[in-house]
Amino acid sequence: MTPREPRGQPEQGRGLKAVYALYPDGASAQQAVNRLRALGLQDRDITVVSAQPMEDYEFGHIGKKTYMWWIACLGGLIGMATAFGLAYLAEYSWAINVGGLPIWAWWPNLIIIFELTMLGAIAATVITLVVTALIPERGRGFLYDPEVTTEGQVLVGVENPAQDRVSSFERELSAPPGARLKTL
Amino acid sequence: MSHPTGAEMNRDLLHPLFNTSWRFWLLVAVFGGVVLFGAVSWATQLWLGFGIAGLNWPVYWAFYVTNFVFWIGISHAGTLISAILRLVNAGWRRPVTRCAEVITVFALMIGAMFPIIHLGRPWLAFWLFPYPSERLIWPNFRSPLVWDFFAINTYLTGSLLFLYLPIIPDFAAVRDKATGLRRRIYGALALGWRGTPKQWHRLETAMSIMAVAIIPVAVSVHTIVSFDFSMAPVPMWNTTIFGPYFVAGAIFSGIAGLLLAMAVLRRFLHLEAYLHPVHFENLGKLLLVMALLWGYFVFNERLVTYYANEPAEMAVFWSTQSGAFAPLYWTMVIGNFVLPLILMGIRRFRTITGCVIASIGVIVGMWLERFLIIVPGLSQKYLPYSFGSYRPQPVEIVITTATFAGMALLYVLFAKVVPIISIWELKAGEHPSPSLIPPATEEHRLGDLHL
Repeated sequence: MTPREPRGQPEQGRGLKAVYALYPDGASAQQAVNRLRALGLQDRDITVVSAQPMEDYEFGHIGKKTYMWWIACLGGLIGMATAFGLAYLAEYSWAINVGGLPIWAWWPNLIIIFELTMLGAIAATVITLVVTALIPERGRGFLYDPEVTTEGQVLVGVENPAQDRVSSFERELSAPPGARLKTL
Repeated sequence: MSHPTGAEMNRDLLHPLFNTSWRFWLLVAVFGGVVLFGAVSWATQLWLGFGIAGLNWPVYWAFYVTNFVFWIGISHAGTLISAILRLVNAGWRRPVTRCAEVITVFALMIGAMFPIIHLGRPWLAFWLFPYPSERLIWPNFRSPLVWDFFAINTYLTGSLLFLYLPIIPDFAAVRDKATGLRRRIYGALALGWRGTPKQWHRLETAMSIMAVAIIPVAVSVHTIVSFDFSMAPVPMWNTTIFGPYFVAGAIFSGIAGLLLAMAVLRRFLHLEAYLHPVHFENLGKLLLVMALLWGYFVFNERLVTYYANEPAEMAVFWSTQSGAFAPLYWTMVIGNFVLPLILMGIRRFRTITGCVIASIGVIVGMWLERFLIIVPGLSQKYLPYSFGSYRPQPVEIVITTATFAGMALLYVLFAKVVPIISIWELKAGEHPSPSLIPPATEEHRLGDLHL
C-alpha cells in the first residue's frame, strides 16, 4: 500500500485550489484515475464526480464499503423497542376492558410493532445516507463542474494539490483521450 | 427509434421545468377550480352539518370510506411496484419508477384526508393520535382504525423518502442549469449533491434497503385497511380472504392508475422517446395477471358465501348479483375482468390505447368494488330492524370528483417542478460496452427489448 499523499496548501504562485479534467466517458476517466494512482495518490485524495453511477468501471467502486444495512437493522430494533414500550405503557396505564379480552394482546400489538420497526429501519437508512454521504460532502468537497450534469462529463481531479506536483497532475490528467484540463 | 444521448435526456426532461406553456395554466385552472369547488362543498358540509350527506343509519360508511379505500389502493401503484422492479433489477423500470412513486405519495395524501372528511367534527381528528391524554383516554390499540394510523403514516413517510432520495441527483441537475432564486432553491433541495462514487453507492444502498422495507409495509397497509371491514360483524365482511383480496385489488388499481398517468405524460410532455410501447406492454401484462388474480379472489369469496348459504350473507349476495346493486356489480365485473382480459390478453390489443381503455375500466371497476363491499353489507345487516338504504348526495359526489381533480392537479404541479422521469437512472441504464456488462445485470437499452 502506498503511503497517503499529503494534502498540500493551495499553490501560492498560481493560487490553485484544485486541478481537474473533464472526460467524455468512463473509459477515459478510468485512465486518469489510474494515472493519478501511479503518481502515488490514494483513492481518498482523488475526486471523481459523475452524473450517474459508474459501476461498470473500477473507479466507480471507490468508497463502496458501508455499514448501512447493519445501521438499518439497528434502527429497526429501536423502532421495535419503541413500539413495544408505547403499546405496553399505553395499554397498562389506561387499561380498556373490552369484553374480558386481555389488556395486553399480542396479535394486534404485533401490527403496531411491525409498522414502527419498519419506520425505524427506514429512518435509520435515510439518516445514515445524509450523515455519511451528504453532510461530509458539503463541508469538505468543493471540486465540482456543472458540465458533469449538463453535458454528462466525468470529472477527475485533485483538491488542494501539493504545489510541487501540480504540473505532473496536469500532465497525467490531460493524457487520456478527450480530456479537457481545468483548474480552480 | 433513435436513442437519446445524455445531453438530449437533460434537454427533454428538464424542458417542462424551464418552459411554461398556456396548457399548463389551463390545466391548473381547470383542476384547481374543481378542487376549489370540492373545498367549498366540504366547508358547506361542516357549516350545515353531516345531514346534507347521504349518510344515515345504518349506512354510515359510503362514498367517503369508498374513496378512502380506493385512494389507498391506488397508492400501491408506485412505491410497491417501483420497489419490486428495483429489487429484481428490471431495466425497463427506469422511465417508469418516478411516475409511479409520485402517484403513491399523492394518493396516500388524498386517501388519508377521507377519514377526516368523514368526521362530523374534523377538528377533533387528533383524538386518533396515540398521545398521553388529559382526558385519560388513549386510543384503543386493538382497534383497526389505530392500526390504520400507524400503517398509513409509516407508508406515507417511507414513500415520501423513497420518492425524494432518487430525486436528489436530479435536483442537482436542475440546480446546475438554473439561475438566481431557482438555483438556490434547487441547490438546497439537492443537499450538496455532487455525484462522487461514495454518494452513488450510499444512495443505491439506501434505495435497496428502502425497497426491502417498503414492500412489506405496502402489503401491510392494505391488509390493515381490509381489517377495518373484516374485523366487523357485518354480512360478507367478516372473512379471512379480505387481506390478500384487498392487497391484490390495490396493486391492480395501482397499475391501472400508473398506466393512465404514463399515457397522459407521454402525450402532453412529448416523452415518446422515453416511455415506449414496450413499457405499456409490460405493465399491461401485469394488469392482465392482476385481473386474473382479482377474478380468482372474487370467485373464492362468492363461492364460499354461496355454499355457506347463511341468510344474512345471502341477502347481501343476491342484492349484488341480481338485486338493486346488480347493475353496479356487473359493471365492475366488466371493468375489472372482461375488459382487461380481452384487451390485455390479446396481443394486438395490448397497445397504448388498449392499455388506456383497460385502465379506465379497472379504475371505474375498482371504485365500484370498494363501494359494493361497503354499502350493500351495511344496508342489510343481520337483524331486519337494521335494514336501510343509501343514496349519495351532491356534496359527496362533488367532493369525490374534486379528489380526482386534486390528484391531477398535484401531478401537473409536480411535473412542473421535478423531472417526471429520473434522468440519472435513465443514464445509469446506458452501459458503455457489452464486454463490460456482467451477464446477470444486463439490461436492454431503451426500446431495444423485443418480446
